[in-house]
Amino acid sequence: MADQVGFFTDTSVCIGCKACEVACKEWNGLAGDPPEFRDSFDNTGQLDAENWRHVKFIDLVPDAPTVVGNGQAWLLMSDICKHCEHASCMEVCPTNAIIKTEFDTVFIQPDVCNGCRNCISACPYAAIGFSKDTGVVHKCTFCYDRLQNDLTPACAKACPTQSIQFGKLDDLRTRADARVAALQAQGYSQAQLYGRDDKIYGGLHAFFLLMAKPEVYNLPNEQNAGLPRRNNRGGYLGALFAAAIGVIAGAVALRRGAQDSPNDRGAGEAEKK
Amino acid sequence: MAQHFVHPPNWTWYIVSYFFLAGLAGGSYVLATILRLWGSQRDEAVIRLGYLIPLPLCVLCAIFLTIDLGRPLAFWHMLINTTPGNGGLNFKYWSPMSVGVWALSIFGLFSLLAFFEGLGRLRPMPSAVTIVGSFFGLFLAGYTGVLLSVSNQPLWSDTYALGGLFLASGLSGSAALLAWLGHYVNGDPSTEARLGAADGYFAILELLFILAFFVTVAMAGTIGRTLSGIWVVLWILVLASLIPAIRGAFARTTISGGGTAALAQTAIVMPIIVLIGVFLMRIVVVFSAQF
Repeated sequence: MADQVGFFTDTSVCIGCKACEVACKEWNGLAGDPPEFRDSFDNTGQLDAENWRHVKFIDLVPDAPTVVGNGQAWLLMSDICKHCEHASCMEVCPTNAIIKTEFDTVFIQPDVCNGCRNCISACPYAAIGFSKDTGVVHKCTFCYDRLQNDLTPACAKACPTQSIQFGKLDDLRTRADARVAALQAQGYSQAQLYGRDDKIYGGLHAFFLLMAKPEVYNLPNEQNAGLPRRNNRGGYLGALFAAAIGVIAGAVALRRGAQDSPNDRGAGEAEKK
Repeated sequence: MAQHFVHPPNWTWYIVSYFFLAGLAGGSYVLATILRLWGSQRDEAVIRLGYLIPLPLCVLCAIFLTIDLGRPLAFWHMLINTTPGNGGLNFKYWSPMSVGVWALSIFGLFSLLAFFEGLGRLRPMPSAVTIVGSFFGLFLAGYTGVLLSVSNQPLWSDTYALGGLFLASGLSGSAALLAWLGHYVNGDPSTEARLGAADGYFAILELLFILAFFVTVAMAGTIGRTLSGIWVVLWILVLASLIPAIRGAFARTTISGGGTAALAQTAIVMPIIVLIGVFLMRIVVVFSAQF
């Protein structure tokens, strides 16, 4: 197996230029969605089949005048599939179209996928989109073709501020630890790493330095980062309970003689004999 | 409060219809088996009906599931692993969709046997066969709810109640369907009356699971999603559709010595109300989580 690789996205230095989005579309031949005016500088809107990178513009500009912006009036974040170590999408996929590559990234095989969309219901990051054109789901491939040729993924290559850093996972984690410590020392008490350790889906191959709580960025926090299979036991136990009660109730109601008048009951018993 | 930032899978009418028909297919088989095991000779017309219904419904289920796919011709990828270098069968016990595809396929075979028995082309199936078939029928009726729960969608993943809810509702709908159609195949009035009583018990069970659903999603903080706008109206209709069936469970129907049917209302109107409620429940659960 090749070295485990990853993205470390430092949101504190993202300037919202969207070079990552453009580079991703250029390399992967994505047409993008029709332009749409939104109440923000964000005209991409979401990750989907045509947008594998999406720069989130989180507007935290206070209504009241303030003297200290502290760099947090807008939060910017270049979002992407997190390539989870324990991936919800991969867990539920009934065709095994979603696999781990030799780089330990998560990859959807378009020729194996049949478009059931179960992975979309499972992905907690809304990173997967369905394409009506191809009939299958798509998401970031981590530029699998570039990785196979020792090239840096397009988004990281294009990022002008090194907000998106690509490299070996262990190296990135070391860099991230130093960066978050430096920010906290500068007074950014909310600066935190998301997905750096195994508490979120066993660790994310695309992990982040955030300047606020994860939920501000529409990322589930540690308590809410659950795999779909957590509901198997409870769901099946509920169904088993209903099945047991249902069969007993059915047998009680449908047994011969139930609801019959005494005369009919006698006739029914006679039939059985 | 549960946090959800997911995309909806856009499972709509085909999937709702599949959930509805899967409940009826599994439930009809199970009720026919219960009647075979514990009923009387006079139930034979309805037993035949109960064994005739699952196969066509299974075929419809497979059609709905297939045309809902983005690539319908690749439906068999659910069963066979087509990943280069991997081969073999696809089966993931932790993925209800994977298990469900196999369950539908296997139940389809039991339904085929039952269909031929219903047509009179086969001798009555041994009890062991019908009991195993009923296990798969119950699974088919209930796993659809578990499939929804095993996700990260709001509502669906916030409750354990959907498997039991869909199963109870499937049994209720099946009892109603058999009572209704039994009317047209000269089913014995006492069979229809007992199906009405069974429907009442199933409706009570369904009501308990609806309450469990509300409690669990309220605890997760997502109940507002399913109790807003048009969804409230649908829930009210669902609950209203349970009333006649539940009343039937407590009202003992007296059959005259000649075996005359009880009430036309019991035979026709009530089953239709129940079936509409069963369908509406699936609509509100499936749609309110997504849109």
